[in-house]
Amino acid sequence: MGRSMLDLWVGIFVVAGVAALVILAFKVGNMSSLGSGETYEINANFDNIGGLKPRASIKSAGVVVGRVKSISFNNERFMAKVTMDIDAGYKFPKDTTASILTSGLLGEQYVGLDGGGDDQILKGGDTLRLTQSAVVLEKLISQFLFDKAAEGAPAK
Amino acid sequence: MAHRSLPTIRSIGASAIDNVMRLGYATRFIGLTIAHSGTSFARPGLIIRELYFTGVLSLIIILVSGLFVGMVLGLQGYQTLTTYGSESALGVLVALSLVRELGPVVAALLFASRAGSAMTAEIGLMKATEQLSAMEMMAVDPIARVVAPRFWAGVISMPLLAAMFSAMGIFGGYIVGVVLIGVDEGSFWSQMQSAVDVREDVVNGVIKSFVFGVAITWISLFEGYDAPPTAEGVSGATTRTVVTSSLAVLGLDFILTSFMFRGI
Repeated sequence: MGRSMLDLWVGIFVVAGVAALVILAFKVGNMSSLGSGETYEINANFDNIGGLKPRASIKSAGVVVGRVKSISFNNERFMAKVTMDIDAGYKFPKDTTASILTSGLLGEQYVGLDGGGDDQILKGGDTLRLTQSAVVLEKLISQFLFDKAAEGAPAK
Repeated sequence: MAHRSLPTIRSIGASAIDNVMRLGYATRFIGLTIAHSGTSFARPGLIIRELYFTGVLSLIIILVSGLFVGMVLGLQGYQTLTTYGSESALGVLVALSLVRELGPVVAALLFASRAGSAMTAEIGLMKATEQLSAMEMMAVDPIARVVAPRFWAGVISMPLLAAMFSAMGIFGGYIVGVVLIGVDEGSFWSQMQSAVDVREDVVNGVIKSFVFGVAITWISLFEGYDAPPTAEGVSGATTRTVVTSSLAVLGLDFILTSFMFRGI
């Protein structure tokens, strides 16, 4: 085989390999949607985060606006501290409520943001005041049972 | 009793010492190969020639196997997922299993048997026919001229082959899942894209295949270089290459996976 044929085949091989890597990055992975765009960081303290994990999505009105950066335990308040990266293109008022929700019945947990009516907007490093914890099934059931028991008890 | 079992114990000890010595020699060998790589980079033609033999000639087996593995994944995944009514997650299943595990590992196993064994046989035969000694006589360093180009060609082609395997497998899963069975095309791709992370999954897969590439080419070249210069010796070395590389790939895969995908 001639020298130029060899070069041609190796060239095709390298181009195909790099093309496969690019396909994996853009078509299969989420390189295009989760870009290296500017983000700002906000914190929120939750009583209970349930099964929330780092990199879970943050949605507002169903639109993905950011990702959970890290989760730690707040030693002073005995609450879970969730740090979130919000895309710089999205602005939220100061009195935004963060709640931990589940997509579908058994789906992944995510943080939902509901904007309030404050004039001032959140800046990087701010902490959300209003939070709603994850629904814990055991608590829900025990509350239901207590309610049932209270209904059944004779009125005094 | 004692003196009858003595030869057995002695031979066990001898083989243990032999293996440790071989390991030491292999480590020295890879160090020498990397130290003598200057020639290969100064003359890229050497690496391109070897890329043709290790990479281009492995293309067909990698692409066809990738396609079939992806098609089987699509079929089996659909059967299982449809029980839970979540066949829209088929794309996630196919993509994650290929990008994280099957792509690098199966491509590496195929690479070891297709290209690794050929490398061992070639170098073993060069040694048996005294071509390597002839080179030394002509003041050509066989490690720089023969071993190093093959090493770098293997290290370069392994990640590319694994990426092609994964891409082809996802295409196979798409053909079976979307085109033949009729899973919704939109959810197939969009769920896949939201679940596959470039840093966590794709890059880790590439790192894995790079490590496998180093391990396989190292083992193949060393077995060839160290083969007894006889027909029997070369055939034994070729067999050992395939067995040792396969075991090394699977063992390394477990170690790498436990480092990479901890707690996600």
